[in-house]
This record gives sequence, structure tokens and C-alpha cells, in this order.
Amino acid sequence: MSVIVVEVMPKAELLDPQGKAIAGALRRAGRGEFQVRQGKRFELAVDGEVTPELLESVRSIAADVLSNGVIEDVVGVRVAAGVTA
Amino acid sequence: MRIGVITFPGSLDDRDAQRAVRRAGAEAVALWHADHDLRGVDALVLPGGFSYGDYLRAGAIAAMAPIMTEVVQAADSGMPVLGICNGFQVLVEAHLLPGGLIRNDHGSFIRRDQHIVVENVDTAWTNGFVTGQEIVIPIKNADGGFIADEETLKRIEGEGLVAFRYAGLNPNGSFHDIAGLTNERGNIVGLMPHPEHATEPGFGPDTDERMRSGVDGLVFFESALRAVLAA
Repeated sequence: MSVIVVEVMPKAELLDPQGKAIAGALRRAGRGEFQVRQGKRFELAVDGEVTPELLESVRSIAADVLSNGVIEDVVGVRVAAGVTA
Repeated sequence: MRIGVITFPGSLDDRDAQRAVRRAGAEAVALWHADHDLRGVDALVLPGGFSYGDYLRAGAIAAMAPIMTEVVQAADSGMPVLGICNGFQVLVEAHLLPGGLIRNDHGSFIRRDQHIVVENVDTAWTNGFVTGQEIVIPIKNADGGFIADEETLKRIEGEGLVAFRYAGLNPNGSFHDIAGLTNERGNIVGLMPHPEHATEPGFGPDTDERMRSGVDGLVFFESALRAVLAA
């Protein structure tokens, strides 16, 4: 079993209301002043090895399905280390 | 005249949309997301709700439903298509309308009787209004913030694709106060407020005259009937 990790973040220039809410909660709780942005991590598990073709296909899924290019950027598509059984 | 209302897993306002269609004088046809069949309808409504629990992104999974193949074909051929709230999100995720919808800027679900201005009356769903008319339509959503990059916004404004703009108060941080959009051809309209909830006296938004008497939403469905008859 191999795992491909896809990471998606809201575009830097656009509003991230969830990140803003978290930053506000941290400030109110006295836990510090941060700018927070909240993204998503997907784990796609497959049987066997990750071939270059499969990785390419996941890149395309990341761009078309797992993210919406209008509001988000795919910031990472990689094979997770140490999970190959 | 047959207007189809598509039910996705998690649709909430499909029955209300069907009722609104009937009140406008058309036959409401229930359509199912998993079918590849529009059952010969003349127009389509994608209703509000939380399809697939808003998983991934609001509307994103419903945009991949089997019936969406036929919806895209019908929309491309000029059939009137209305996306309400979650239905608007589905149309955006299916790339039938530009931009994206994200969490409201204040982070909360909001429900209010919303004043909106009709900006474009040359569409299948707004031809019964006059340009600049202010109407009251209930809004209720968590992910209603319309966003797009500068280039897209310029195109939307330049080509007159803004169908509705919020008046008085912007309830969700939408760029340019955009409440709803249309396409170049004017057959597709999507908006966050719910016209199907303003079609029957006693069950609509409050007006200056009387509580719950607002029926501005009925004009959407009557407009579609006119558009189909004129086609």
C-alpha cells in the first residue's frame, strides 16, 4: 500500500474566513498573535507502487477535483514516506 | 410547460422549488441526480441544501453527479437553468458560471430577508423585472461569499454578467456585492438568495405592507415560462 498526499490551500490573495476565525480565537484566548490560513490534506491510498503515470493522474485529480483553481492552490502532491508496506 | 427540479443527496429545498414551479403555472418534474435523464423538461432548477454535506467544497461533489452531463449539455444548448444557493454552488463548481463561493466572511450561517437589486433583466429568469428593481428574497447560507480574481471580476462586470447585487447590507463579504450571476447567453442564472421561499403570501419574507407577504420570487419562475414560450 502506498499513500499519495495532496495539500490544498486557499489562494494567498483571497479571504480565508476560517483562518481568520482561528487567528481571532487564538488572540482572544491569549495564545498569541498569528496570521492563520487553513488548508486541506488529502491521502490517496493505492495498492502497490506509485508509478510516474499514477502520480501524474493524481496531479490531474488534485487540480480538477480536490481543488478549485478559482479559490485554491494545490501546494503539494507527493508520495508519503515510510508507509509502503 | 415542464420544469425539472434535481434532487441530490442532501438537497433540502427541492420540494419548495417544485411548489414554486407549480405556483407559477408550470408542471414540476422531480429529477434524480443519479439518472442520465432530464425527462423532456423545458427548464431546470438546481435547488438549495447541503448536497453531500458540503464535503470537499460546497457543490463540488454534486457537480460530478451523473445527471450533470445532461445538465451541461442542456445549458450549452440554451435551456433555462436556475441554481439556488447550493444549486448556484453546483453551477460554479461545474464551470457553468464563473468564480467561486467560500465561507461567509463573518464565519457564521446567516438567515435574513435580503434586499437585492436586479442588475440584468435580459435573462431567462429575470425578464419579468425592470433594471434596478429592488426585491426582497430570503437568504440562508454559510458558504455564500462570492470571490473571483481581478481578471474574472473585470470580465463579469464588463459583460454584464452580474444578475443581482446585495442592497443595504452585504451578508457574506461577496466581492462587488454580487448576489447572483448569469452567463453570456442569459439562460443560466445562479444566486445565493432563495426565490422559491418568496412565492406564496403568508410564507414569504416580510414587506412594508404585511408580514410574510413577499412574493418577488414568483417572478423568477414566471420569467422562465416566458423565456421557454419565446424560444
